[in-house]
Amino acid sequence: MRVEMRVDGEPAAAEIDRPGESLLTTLRDRLGRYGTKNACEQGECGSCTVLLDGDPVCACLVATAQCEGREVKTVVGAVPRPVRDAFIACGAVQCGFCTPGLLVSVADLLARDGDPNDVQIREALAGNLCRCTGYEKIIDAVHAAAELMSDGTPAPTRAHWITTPVVPSAANDATEAAP
Amino acid sequence: MPDALNEPTGRAATTASTPGERTPDERTSPSPAPTGPVPVAPAASAGLETAVPAGPVPAAPAASHAAPEFPTPPTRAAGGVGTPHLPGGVGSSPTRPDAEAKVNGTFDYASDLDFPGMLWGHTLRSPHPSARLRAIDTTTARAMPGVAAVLTAADVPGKLHYGLIEADQPVLALDQVNYEGEPVAIIAAETLDLARRAAELIDVDYDILEPACDPEEAVAAGNWFRCQPVRLGDPDAQTPAAVVTRDYVVGMQDQAPLGPESGAALPTGDGGIELYVATQWVHSDLEQIAPCLGLEPDRIHMAIAGIGGAFGAREDLSVQVHMAMLALATGRPVKMMYDRAESFVGHVHRHPARMRYEHAADADGKLLYVKARIVLDGGAYASTTEAVVGNAASLAVGPYEVEHVSIDAWGARTNNPPCGAMRGFGGVQTCFAYESQMDALAEVLGLDPLEFRRRNAVAQGSKLITGQIVDAYDPARADGGTPFSPLADMLGRFKDMPVPAVPTGRDIVELPGGTGNTTHGEGVRRGVGYGVGLKNVCYSEGFDDYSTAGIRLELVDGQTVAYVRTAAAEVGQGHWSLQAQIVRTELGADRVELLPNDTKAGSAGSSSASRQSYMTGGAVKAACEAVRELMRGHDLADGPIEATRVFRHRATKPMDPVTGQGESHVQLALCVHRATVDVDVELGLVKVVDLTCVQDVGKIMNPVALEGQIHGGSAQGLGLAVMEEMITAQGRVKNASFTDYLIPTILDMPPMRLRIVENADPEAPYGLRGAGEPPTLSSTPAIVAAIRDATGLALTQIPVRPEHLTAHFGRQP
Repeated sequence: MRVEMRVDGEPAAAEIDRPGESLLTTLRDRLGRYGTKNACEQGECGSCTVLLDGDPVCACLVATAQCEGREVKTVVGAVPRPVRDAFIACGAVQCGFCTPGLLVSVADLLARDGDPNDVQIREALAGNLCRCTGYEKIIDAVHAAAELMSDGTPAPTRAHWITTPVVPSAANDATEAAP
Repeated sequence: MPDALNEPTGRAATTASTPGERTPDERTSPSPAPTGPVPVAPAASAGLETAVPAGPVPAAPAASHAAPEFPTPPTRAAGGVGTPHLPGGVGSSPTRPDAEAKVNGTFDYASDLDFPGMLWGHTLRSPHPSARLRAIDTTTARAMPGVAAVLTAADVPGKLHYGLIEADQPVLALDQVNYEGEPVAIIAAETLDLARRAAELIDVDYDILEPACDPEEAVAAGNWFRCQPVRLGDPDAQTPAAVVTRDYVVGMQDQAPLGPESGAALPTGDGGIELYVATQWVHSDLEQIAPCLGLEPDRIHMAIAGIGGAFGAREDLSVQVHMAMLALATGRPVKMMYDRAESFVGHVHRHPARMRYEHAADADGKLLYVKARIVLDGGAYASTTEAVVGNAASLAVGPYEVEHVSIDAWGARTNNPPCGAMRGFGGVQTCFAYESQMDALAEVLGLDPLEFRRRNAVAQGSKLITGQIVDAYDPARADGGTPFSPLADMLGRFKDMPVPAVPTGRDIVELPGGTGNTTHGEGVRRGVGYGVGLKNVCYSEGFDDYSTAGIRLELVDGQTVAYVRTAAAEVGQGHWSLQAQIVRTELGADRVELLPNDTKAGSAGSSSASRQSYMTGGAVKAACEAVRELMRGHDLADGPIEATRVFRHRATKPMDPVTGQGESHVQLALCVHRATVDVDVELGLVKVVDLTCVQDVGKIMNPVALEGQIHGGSAQGLGLAVMEEMITAQGRVKNASFTDYLIPTILDMPPMRLRIVENADPEAPYGLRGAGEPPTLSSTPAIVAAIRDATGLALTQIPVRPEHLTAHFGRQP
């Protein structure tokens, strides 16, 4: 079966030999678009999140056969530059395996709500597992991205850190992050 | 453990750096903390004496496998990342070299490898935890169109077993399988789907046996990998004012890195092979792989491919030998990649534990004695159980002074899944137990739990239970005439950070049950608890722990460029950033280029034991210092300078097999957590609402990366406290998926407050202390203590399950 769709703004066609093949498999193994990650392949981790006609989906749970004529946007095409910049600046990327899916989810969130609060961020990203960061810096990054996108000026990252000279004394508290 | 492989030889001098020889002044002398591009130290080019400049790059030296290679122009680091010019030295948070590729989806993880003509490998695994293999028939599978090879134990070209410490794990099952998921046969086919279908056609005749799954029974039967006692003083001769005895259970935790086990093997055409794999220690891999393949190590080139998290799961071999066998058998590139279910059985786990602890104190609130019996379940094969048991025994009472100790720690051999390295490495299980005991004993004594810990905290000059003296702090520092106690200091810092108040008008997402809309606050009780963790950094017990770094400094288009060559694995922690920071601080180069991490460099040891900043950071620093020396009187315009250095920490000693005594650790790191939880006591649901952490890191090398380590380590401790457990029944894993094995989501993690203490370790590079593991120890007991505070329940088993909280429903205070 031949399926034609648009991927990140370009026409893409894939020959599918199994009707059940997932969009994730097609993107990675047939189209060579490895930006979308495969961590669980059962819709639990969100690493393969893409936009399908603008809606966030787990590519592992979508059959490619359902994508005829539809538009798929991956981390390559779905994520505004300020969101990427904010993830880098805030330290929201460690191993980075969850990052492409998270970025797509954040792009979707910020398209719907330009200034989400922590609770809204947590709810919107609840389907994206990250094993490295403990999520704190991801929340920082979403706020920073929202600021960047609202007025186009680089937002300072949340001031977590007060640098002090390295003097071993009780006064040497390097940091305290506000919750 | 593997011996030194590939000690660098050749032109660059290879001398061990002795950290103790450096003075604090030397540590900080070379113009630290450049704020931008800094030219090469001016004094260095002033022409003082004859230098030994490096000539042109040697063209493929004879000992090419051992000599560090400095390709010109530079190639890309693992994961396909060049290193752009980035300002920022030690103490700053420069942009990660890999960040841009990772946010663009262009970072090459091991699972993204793609080679022309590539086959897919797949593993057939035993469905039984214990069975004899009567026969394997691969005829039908081999005849399937698209299948290129089906291999069994009979096809292993060399040694039949491998292992990190003891080579006891079969490459492929021989006549018996000893755990569910043990590899039995491997297949290479044109697609992964075909390979999986072919696996179903392999006919294995199993004679199913009753698995031995009880670690206590295994110990009783003498079926264990290691028993390590610790004996000190005479516990039985004491007369305590208070005694607390409890049994603790720790479930089996999984590292669950998001990147699946993956790699690719490429035959070189002359009988050799190239391997690209996500691994924490490429040289240890090579040492295990080569004998199994029947190849000399120099016929194998191994490079680290992009790693999607590790946490200990990539210490042991997974796909390495299998994909190499398939590639050699077929003459084609072979890629292997586990799916999530296979990943859960395809790597080792954190040891589950059963522990009986008896703590006693005198009337003044001083610990009198500790007795403990610690049984860790090592599962079917040795992996790193031996070293994990050593940690569990030596760290069994935590950072507290006690003069009378009787401890026995075992690593049992069972038919459960093999267990080995996970972040915390033997320190996590006992930390839950001893911190729970400290709380329980404080309660009996009527003491505040922090005050009780303060009274017993180790200080400079204290003896640990192994007899090791705490000597890691400035001996001149004293607190009112008593030796400096970092722990007492850290415990005192919570006074300035009040427990968060219960906010009014909370969003329902912030309550236990969260988006499940299970409560509006009725039945919700708040609790607060503390946990203290003590973790050893670097390898212990006499292991020859070293790392190797090569630096080449040269002029390229008028810019000074420093090329850095190590085999250290960037697992996500930010080690590439750190290497570049050190080079900028030490050499002030205009540009730093990180070269590929592979077996052409000398061994860096593993990215584990919180050791890479100390060890490879130390090696990079030592190599930079050597380059600076060579620069004296040398003009870079006359040619590049290069130096390679091997860095070792001070020697450690094995634990005495009878008494456990011995200076077994090199560095110890402390972390304290305070957890605040809300518990819905009717439904047994827990919401951690705040985690506050005080950690001693010696020196903040990279603030953002450090925060990330503490956040992430705390999250994994939270997982063990309330949700993460691989459930096994008669050796069978019941929840090998992210649907059923729960790791914390963004809804589960609370905001964190951090306070970082910098008590420099005089022996460590820059005074740093390893930082990645300690938070994983202390967050778990803090959270469980908070749940106890909220519920009044004893809670001696982790993870705490809802039914533990509701079993006593109706008898709540």
